Amino acid sequence: MPSSFQPTRRQALAAGFGSVLLPSALSAQAPAQRPSEIKIGVTTFLSGAPSVFGVPGRNAAEMLAEEINQSGGINGVPVRLFFVDEAPGIDHLVGEFRRLVQNERVDVMLASISSGSCLACTPLGEELRKVTLLWDCGTQRIFEERNYRYAFRTQANATPEILAPLLYLLKTKPDFRTIAVLNQDYAWGRDSWEIWKTAMDALKPGVRVVAELFPRFGATDFSAEVTRLLALRPDVILSTSWGGELDTFIRQAAERRLFERSTFVLPLAESSLERVGRSLPAGHIVGSRGDHWHQHPRPANPQALQRFVENYRRRYNAYPIYPTYHMAQAFSALRAAYAKAIAANGGNWPSDAQLAAAFPGLEFESPTSRMRIREDGQGLEPQLIGTTVHNDRFPFAVMDNMVVFPPEMVTTPAGQNSVNWLKTLTAEMVNRVPDPIRAG
Amino acid sequence: MGDWFEQNGALLGLALLDGIASAALIFMVAVGLNLVFGVLRVLNVAHGSLFAIGAYAAASIGLFFTSAGLPAWASLPALLLAAMIVGLVLGPLIERLLLRRIYSEEPVLQLLVTFALFMILEDAQKLVWGVQPVSFSAPVSLMGTVDVPFGADVIPYNTYQVILLPAIAVATLIGLALFLRRTLTGRVILAVTTDREAATAMGIDARKVYLLTFTFGAMLAALGGALSTPTASLVPGIGASTIVLSFAVVATAGLGQIEGAALTALMIGIGRSIAVTFQPELEVVVPYLIMVAVLLVRPQGLFGVVETRRV
Repeated sequence: MPSSFQPTRRQALAAGFGSVLLPSALSAQAPAQRPSEIKIGVTTFLSGAPSVFGVPGRNAAEMLAEEINQSGGINGVPVRLFFVDEAPGIDHLVGEFRRLVQNERVDVMLASISSGSCLACTPLGEELRKVTLLWDCGTQRIFEERNYRYAFRTQANATPEILAPLLYLLKTKPDFRTIAVLNQDYAWGRDSWEIWKTAMDALKPGVRVVAELFPRFGATDFSAEVTRLLALRPDVILSTSWGGELDTFIRQAAERRLFERSTFVLPLAESSLERVGRSLPAGHIVGSRGDHWHQHPRPANPQALQRFVENYRRRYNAYPIYPTYHMAQAFSALRAAYAKAIAANGGNWPSDAQLAAAFPGLEFESPTSRMRIREDGQGLEPQLIGTTVHNDRFPFAVMDNMVVFPPEMVTTPAGQNSVNWLKTLTAEMVNRVPDPIRAG
Repeated sequence: MGDWFEQNGALLGLALLDGIASAALIFMVAVGLNLVFGVLRVLNVAHGSLFAIGAYAAASIGLFFTSAGLPAWASLPALLLAAMIVGLVLGPLIERLLLRRIYSEEPVLQLLVTFALFMILEDAQKLVWGVQPVSFSAPVSLMGTVDVPFGADVIPYNTYQVILLPAIAVATLIGLALFLRRTLTGRVILAVTTDREAATAMGIDARKVYLLTFTFGAMLAALGGALSTPTASLVPGIGASTIVLSFAVVATAGLGQIEGAALTALMIGIGRSIAVTFQPELEVVVPYLIMVAVLLVRPQGLFGVVETRRV
């Protein structure tokens, strides 16, 4: 390429640093023009085993974006989505995150499904001064280890998602003496067991752990594990597994009558209910990583829930599962934040910093309830736990005797570390568990 | 030691039963990979994709049979049918269009080409079957359970897993050994495996042998997948995890060794189930510990033969 301009090394360095640093810094500070579209980057699993959650999340995002644009956009501005696959790994994800912010100039990032992805993306979003909504990942560490100005979580985290089923078990079957765990051998499987064990030791000391089984991530056969559990006969079997592995475990356990010997606690089983059909027997405890359930006994807005469920079913021929609700929460929070930020800015379009300032204390609708984002950025989301029953309306197990846990009860208080907080819990907490609600 | 066996003998018996069931499936997948490498000298990474596609095809055909109102026993031939269709369609296609062009290339290039094929087939599989778990458990339900005594208790096992799968694996092993040693086609395959140049010089059409062997290997991979369908939910990525374990079996057995693959599959299956029973944290590493232990003592594998370098 012919050029008469020969930059010095210092000029080249200055230009290089400027091109990297200035756009993000300026975009956060400068007064914003009303854009022609709101660009939303979404990181999710589009391939690999976790795509059982990632693809429904993407599906929900596409459906919601279409609905928003058909109704005139967010404050009159249409939205446009950019998807990034989390599957290739953290290096790829971080590179794509940076590319979307700096090259595509997205206005907000929605990240991610994997906790590892969130732990990598959140500091990057802060560095780039770009609003980052943690829409699905479970790690509780994000806001417990550092303060962020641009990152917010529009759902709960692992602590309430595990504490709630434990409290439900203690309320409904308090006499158990032995427990076994079968979790996937990766961060979520190990961390969720640590949360459960810490809380259980505080709330009901003396329970004997008879087996801790962590089959490899991606395992397709649990025969040996099922044999071990059949032989041990624990009162309770906990599994925070998900996706195809949970489906396989449920089927293999059902075929070999393990459900007749032990009470199962499956905090993520809402996402498997439709797939495993009637293989999952009645009388076992299931959760939904929030209060998401298409047969929610007391939704804040029954019409809105029904509309969301029917639209999703019509489009994708399946009941929505928890990542789709989490995506709806992120979109709802984003709409509410823009409305609040524009109002606070005298009707003018907000800058990145002004948009970020709208999130602490923000209240917004989820398909099932009304949520709030705490001052530390953590979302306060209720937790719905129930016991499986079979009925004539559905060809799969559904929830009965549902308890909707208020988020303030099960979420680690702001500024505290989850594990330390769980150690302070006492058996009295079980008395405060709300009464179960029968299915309609 | 005697006390230990007295206390844990019954548990060990259960672990052996689980191990044999698990080994049957491992063998079905690994033997195809081993056979293909023995003859073609190509380490086929796409073997994992053939396993996955066989599994998905079995689920689709089985579900179709069920929806068409066919009797429950038809779910068993559905598995075999799926394996045959996948093997007979994809096997010749891959061998003729792709592998035939790289037989004389460096092993690294062969590995890269089959890896690329693996990635393409993984995506094709997602396009056809999506990413949501797929399952078809009719054969397991059909065959019910057998109760194995355990002290005063009984432990129910799936008849499908502890009787049918090992029976199929043993039949495959014996059938394959007889085919290779007692039939003309089998001896021709062995001749090409031993020395391709000499076999070709004697008038054997090596290209035909390659096509036949690869198609047969593809069918074995697909059969392994189809047989795993009744007990597992199928998700993206099952091909990858299968191929890693199969490589461990093949490396431990010795490349091209069929009886070695059976013995190694048994060692790995039983090793894993004993680990789950007595030391669960070791379960993930057991196959690789066995592989390393064997390769340290016999670098050519359990049944491998040290070859003189050919110039």
